[in-house]
Amino acid sequence: MVTIIAPPATPGLVAEGIAKSFGGTRALAGVSLAVRPGEIVGLMGANGAGKSTLVNILGGALRPDAGRLWLDGRPYAPASPRAAIAAGVVTLHQSTERIGIPGLSVADALVLDRFADGRSGFFVSRAAVRRQALAVQARAGFDLPLEADFASLGTAGRQLVGIARALSASPRLLMLDEPTASLSAAEAERLFAILEELAGRGLAILYISHRTGDLERLAHRVEVLRGGVVAASLPRPVDFGVALSAMIGRDLARGQGAARARPEGPPVLALRGLRLRPGLPPLELEVRAGEVVAITGPLGAGKSRLLRALFGADSVAGGVAGGEILLDGAPWRPRGPAEAIARGVHLAAEDRRRSSLMPPGWPGSGIAATIALPHLGRWFPGGLLRAGTERRAAEHAIRALSIRAAGPFAGLETLSGGNQQKVVLARWLAETPRLLLLDEPFQGVDVGARAEIIATLRARTDIAVLVATSDPAEALDVADRSLVLDEAGLRPLAPAALPDE
Amino acid sequence: MSDRTAMTDLLRLARQGAVFLLLAALAALFAWAEPAFLSVPNLMSVLLAVAVVAILGTGVTLSVAVGGFDLSVGAIAASAVMAASYAMVVWKFGAVETVAFVLALGLAAGLLNALMIVRLGVPDLLATLAMNFLLSGLQLIPTAGRSIAPGVVLPDGSRAAGRFDPDFLLIGRARLFDTVPLPVLLMAFVALAAWVLTERTRFGRLLFATGGNEEAARLAGAPTARLRVLAYALSGLLAALGGLVVAARIGRGDVSSGASLLLDAVAASLIGYAVLNARRPNVLGTLVGAVFVGVLLNGLTMLNVPYYTQDFVKGAVLVGALAMTYGLGRRAG
Repeated sequence: MVTIIAPPATPGLVAEGIAKSFGGTRALAGVSLAVRPGEIVGLMGANGAGKSTLVNILGGALRPDAGRLWLDGRPYAPASPRAAIAAGVVTLHQSTERIGIPGLSVADALVLDRFADGRSGFFVSRAAVRRQALAVQARAGFDLPLEADFASLGTAGRQLVGIARALSASPRLLMLDEPTASLSAAEAERLFAILEELAGRGLAILYISHRTGDLERLAHRVEVLRGGVVAASLPRPVDFGVALSAMIGRDLARGQGAARARPEGPPVLALRGLRLRPGLPPLELEVRAGEVVAITGPLGAGKSRLLRALFGADSVAGGVAGGEILLDGAPWRPRGPAEAIARGVHLAAEDRRRSSLMPPGWPGSGIAATIALPHLGRWFPGGLLRAGTERRAAEHAIRALSIRAAGPFAGLETLSGGNQQKVVLARWLAETPRLLLLDEPFQGVDVGARAEIIATLRARTDIAVLVATSDPAEALDVADRSLVLDEAGLRPLAPAALPDE
Repeated sequence: MSDRTAMTDLLRLARQGAVFLLLAALAALFAWAEPAFLSVPNLMSVLLAVAVVAILGTGVTLSVAVGGFDLSVGAIAASAVMAASYAMVVWKFGAVETVAFVLALGLAAGLLNALMIVRLGVPDLLATLAMNFLLSGLQLIPTAGRSIAPGVVLPDGSRAAGRFDPDFLLIGRARLFDTVPLPVLLMAFVALAAWVLTERTRFGRLLFATGGNEEAARLAGAPTARLRVLAYALSGLLAALGGLVVAARIGRGDVSSGASLLLDAVAASLIGYAVLNARRPNVLGTLVGAVFVGVLLNGLTMLNVPYYTQDFVKGAVLVGALAMTYGLGRRAG
């Protein structure tokens, strides 16, 4: 790979042989890709395929270990996100909270970056802000309520603010990361129309999404990342059967090959016409002991909401709007996590750093204490902690789940993402649950650790496991049965239902 | 390579022991300049001087452990001084009734903090700062702003007929074996009990879990709201205990008695972050932090450094401790 590449004369963004490793993990292993002016390129890939690493490199947040970038024929090596924006590469992230500030107006949000970089004077008048905001808005061709509080905008409106601000910097390349994740169909369609118009005006657009529907509607070309390389590059019309196979690395149907005979016995968990929100279709589901059931579907469809309702994670009123949940045949309406844990319903919630772990250095941030946290009352009824009990539980988990750590009291921050996730799993297996709920259990988990977690789950014949994941490939890998949850309700994730070759 | 490792180890050790090393160095310096510094009576007077601050600082530390911050301890302690004096001098309470009454008041103030914070969702700093303001003013009202001593003239023109119960004064003045003052024993007991609670029990683990990541604690089944209430209730109780000690030592209800207590207690709690490089609230550190400031002030006073520099010295210690905790600690850690 030591060939010297002459700068391509093509306009737009060109990436050649981009590689990036984190410690021993190779996130990108030589990605080459081009996005030309006026072109909308879709970027697909399973979790851990390297999508976000690539976006971070293009957006200046990370420096590649190897490979080169060109923008409009000139070498492009942004030292920071700011430098990337100055060079004309703008990223619109999935989270829209950072775009503006609640309490300030939409006009303020539109010109926020000018306050910070000194393009506006020290004194700002409302009239000047409004004038600048109107200019920004006119440039994008939007019609936003300038006087409204930023907080009153929905996600779609906030995205438009972000896009308008991005466009005011005359970008060459716009990157969007799962922009439709929390948009309604109509809002998404409006966004698509805007993106198409922008492409028509010569902007290069890189659109990152798992959603085949979005890409089908929008993309001139789809690049599929797997294992840190471009596994497939598909021109329009895109064959999404091929794209999904390339994303997963094998035929979808083969994911079911690992399925076992359905265990006998009554269901541990049964949903009877459960409605998560008024107006949503009722859900029917049975999960037996020894069975792993995965639910996939778009973000915001209610996967997390379902799991949290089963665990009593939020107030009862916020959890369920109708129907019935049966746990071992008896109605189940947990008042809170404590009651759920006592009954053997355990939830490893999504985003482990926010939902499960203590900050580094804080008491309880070691492996032993992390595992022990929900079980303190049961393990130490007298109140006094005994390090031996916690240590033994941690040592057992380290052996059983092959956790790579310096010792049972090592801080979680010293572990890789996959090993952190194993510790969270070990927490909820330390006392045998009846029903184990796992919400996005493979976030930031490498392929090896994922396989080990899956093997652990599938080896347990005494518990019912319900997994929520937004990645259909993961669902097929982990589960005996995979279901899709969306506006239409729960239905089987059948490979036949996906676009066919 | 191994040299570098040894060097980093040495640095880490130095950082962990920095406060103790400084304390030893200060003690050596003061003892060299003034041999009486190391005499038992003087050391006892140092501990007596810091007892109340350490007790209040322990309460602050508990509130920080649950992710809050109790800024009302100074006013609770000052109100406790006035309430104890008023109860004995005006209402003619005995020692036992007075102690029970004042502790109940402290507990009530702590619960009121918790009500604002947990139930109404007022941010911790704002709620307790407001409570500090409220109580600072409230304590002046019953006596129309006068200090309370036997025979004080009340707002209605009558003279108070009660007096300080001699048994009550023992809280501040009794000594074990004629050597160790009772407030010092109280401080040791409070620190030991709070240390065991926070570092060695599951309640302590849950208190810290609430402060470290409330959502994680809640999803692990911890009653986080109740734990926060508990922390503020204990903080209020300890502040009232500190106030009782002050009242028993000075034997009058002085309106200015609580003036510097809040900042001193907060400083002790924050200096505690640097002790053993914990970088988190901890009871042992709070005790050491209070003693450190006490030693420094006592030694400087012996060396005839004027009293008006005291706050400057305390502030300098706090700034140094925080810089060490956050700046140096992070870079090397």
